[in-house]
Amino acid sequence: MISIVDYGLGNIRAFENIYRRLGIPAMPVKSAEQLSEASKIILPGVGAFDWAMQRLHESGMIDPLNDLVQRQKVPVLGVCVGMQIMAKSSEEGRLPGLGWIDATVKKFDESLLNQYAQVPHMGWNEVDVSNTCPLFSGIENPLYYFLHSYFFEPTLKTDVIGYSNYNIKFASAMACDNVYATQFHPEKSHQWGIQLLKNFAELC
Amino acid sequence: MGYSATQKFRGTVLMLRPRIIPCLLIQNNGLVKTIKFGEPKYVGDPINAVRIFNEKFVDELIVLDIDATRKSYEPNYKLIANLANECRMPLSYGGGITTPDQIDHIISLGVEKVAVSAAAVSNLSLISNAASHVGSQSIVAIIDVKKIGLLRRYEVVTHNGSQRTGLDPVEFAIRLQDMGAGEIVINSVDLDGTMLGYDLDLISKIRKHIQIPMTVLGGACRLDDISSLWKSQGLIGAAAGSLFVFKGKYRAVLINYPNFTEKALVLKQAGWTL
Repeated sequence: MISIVDYGLGNIRAFENIYRRLGIPAMPVKSAEQLSEASKIILPGVGAFDWAMQRLHESGMIDPLNDLVQRQKVPVLGVCVGMQIMAKSSEEGRLPGLGWIDATVKKFDESLLNQYAQVPHMGWNEVDVSNTCPLFSGIENPLYYFLHSYFFEPTLKTDVIGYSNYNIKFASAMACDNVYATQFHPEKSHQWGIQLLKNFAELC
Repeated sequence: MGYSATQKFRGTVLMLRPRIIPCLLIQNNGLVKTIKFGEPKYVGDPINAVRIFNEKFVDELIVLDIDATRKSYEPNYKLIANLANECRMPLSYGGGITTPDQIDHIISLGVEKVAVSAAAVSNLSLISNAASHVGSQSIVAIIDVKKIGLLRRYEVVTHNGSQRTGLDPVEFAIRLQDMGAGEIVINSVDLDGTMLGYDLDLISKIRKHIQIPMTVLGGACRLDDISSLWKSQGLIGAAAGSLFVFKGKYRAVLINYPNFTEKALVLKQAGWTL
């Protein structure tokens, strides 16, 4: 069962709908008890870093998530702010992140941007994907939908499986052992997103 | 910045695509299209329209409830949830929003962006309050602009164009940006539904002062209008109502949207190289 972490942020139902159409079992989970069924986890998110961490704390799911992801090595996919909170910290907030990936989250430097690149980074951009990562299996020349003002900066570049360019090149997809993450929204990215979510479901 | 793992990748220059955005208007749970914010014509069922737009791989959708503010009712959360569930692309929702709690709630229903208009005029801090929860990237400010008086000066209006505010659209856009809006949508009341082309003069006046993403709405008739817009304004969202719901001079209802080849052509005509 793919458990979609429902902590009041992000498009839970969009993930559910895609998996229903694919015939893959997935359900939203709101509590620590419900998480016990998880064989895969999706951590969605739309919102500010601290707001997301607060909601996740209030849900009571942080301890079981840490156990599932870090000890039991259950595959997890973080999306947008769900990716960012997997880092240790963010320039957007004061709260510490989950720290599942050795990374920080930084604000796009507006002085480097121009009339072709404003903040937030909003819209469809290319992702230069690593063809060896199963998450992108069967996906060619993808476009994905981005909506963010902060970007993920990992310490280990070898865990980056996708880069995007927005005047600077940044890590838009990560795979670190059992922890996967995308800065873009696969649940809102047409066939490229559907294939990615299918690939995540089929990971061993 | 430079990452060491670049050899694993193709190393091509990547580019954000400008967005082409159908704007759907809701009245009594049905889809309508207006002319100069009046004469609403029923054009179909919103959920059905979303399904068609899914198949056409649209970049994004804007859905506005045009009665909510005028009749001061709460946003229709059931309809919003249904729309968000159906959309396989990002959704901006606007209409009747006055409080940060409503914005939090709409985001929790799975909407990517919430659009505020009249409420921002009467309470500018709504923008900063809401942005502190859901993030600037999810706060869209829609500015309805109308030419007023003998001098035809641009002025911000609200309540479907019926209330004047005395605000200058350029100054107001700057204030919205300073308060933490993540996107500004300029909606030209005079051009709504007229299919006379975008008001490039108005757009360039505002564009000069805005560093956040901008989208324009009102007047688009052909895809050529979008290429002209991009040619003169660079990376800017092109929204349209009539263009994507009507076909032909008799305004027959037909949901349509450019395919990948047509989109590439629009970009090429605007002078972009892919």
